Amino acid sequence: MGNVVVDVMLKPEILDPQGQAVAGALPRLGIDQFIDVRQGKRFVLTVDGEVTDEVLAAARRAAETLLSNPVIEDVVSVRAEQDVEAVRAEQDVEAVRAEQDAAAAESAR
Amino acid sequence: MRIGVVTFPGSLDDQDALRAVRLVGAEAVPLWHGDEDLRGVDAVILPGGFSYGDYLRCGAIARFAPVMGALVPAAQGGLPVLGICNGFQVLCESHLLPGALIRNDHRKFVCRDQVLRVENAATAWTSDYEQGQEITVVLKNGEGSYVADERTLDALEAEGRVAFRYVGQNPNGSYRDIAGITNERGNVVGLMPHPEHAVEEGYGPSVDGLGFFTSVLAQVVRA
Repeated sequence: MGNVVVDVMLKPEILDPQGQAVAGALPRLGIDQFIDVRQGKRFVLTVDGEVTDEVLAAARRAAETLLSNPVIEDVVSVRAEQDVEAVRAEQDVEAVRAEQDAAAAESAR
Repeated sequence: MRIGVVTFPGSLDDQDALRAVRLVGAEAVPLWHGDEDLRGVDAVILPGGFSYGDYLRCGAIARFAPVMGALVPAAQGGLPVLGICNGFQVLCESHLLPGALIRNDHRKFVCRDQVLRVENAATAWTSDYEQGQEITVVLKNGEGSYVADERTLDALEAEGRVAFRYVGQNPNGSYRDIAGITNERGNVVGLMPHPEHAVEEGYGPSVDGLGFFTSVLAQVVRA
């Protein structure tokens, strides 16, 4: 089984009352460094088999016709899940490296 | 004169719309979302409610119901169609009307009597009103904020396609106080407030909503 991940966000110029509600609640938890919150939608489309180019094309069609409304929303990405995970893994490696570098710099001082 | 009212899963105001149709002396024809058939009606109303639970986006799933396969080309061909509240959202999602409806800017559900100004008294659904007439009907929605890009809004204004505007405080953040719009031809009209809840003395704030139904009756009889 393979998954395609579709991310949809309200266009930047469209007011996001839900995001604002979240932004308003964060300071109550003592998290006060975020000046804005935008809330989006993620769809995970599962196929019985590999995520081929054909599957991705179908997912893009789904994203543009049903999953988003082009008047108010942007499809920000349509990706096979393994790619999403690969990106995440890469970010994790980078984060670990940065931590190691910081630690090395600390001990060198 | 036969006026159809579509029932989707989650429609709530279909019975009130059918009742309003009967009150003006037309034959009320229930239509079903799963039928690809308009049963030969002379006009169609898409009623208020929460079709498909408002899942995904309001009206987004209803747009692909079998009945819409018949309705969209008929509307493009001139069939009078009125979308009330959720029906307006369905018309926007179907691209029969421009723009979209998003969550109220203050995030609360609104239910109140609402004054509207009739900005276009030449559509299939407004010809029994006077241009600029103020009417009071019911407004009740959580996602009634009308939005569109500046170019679309300017075009709607220039072409006289803003059909109704909110009078007094803007109840939901709709751009330019827009409560309802029409297509170029004037046969497709959508609005968030509910004229079908203002058609009988003793029920609702007025009987100002009757004009929608008498207008389309006159229009169809003429045609």
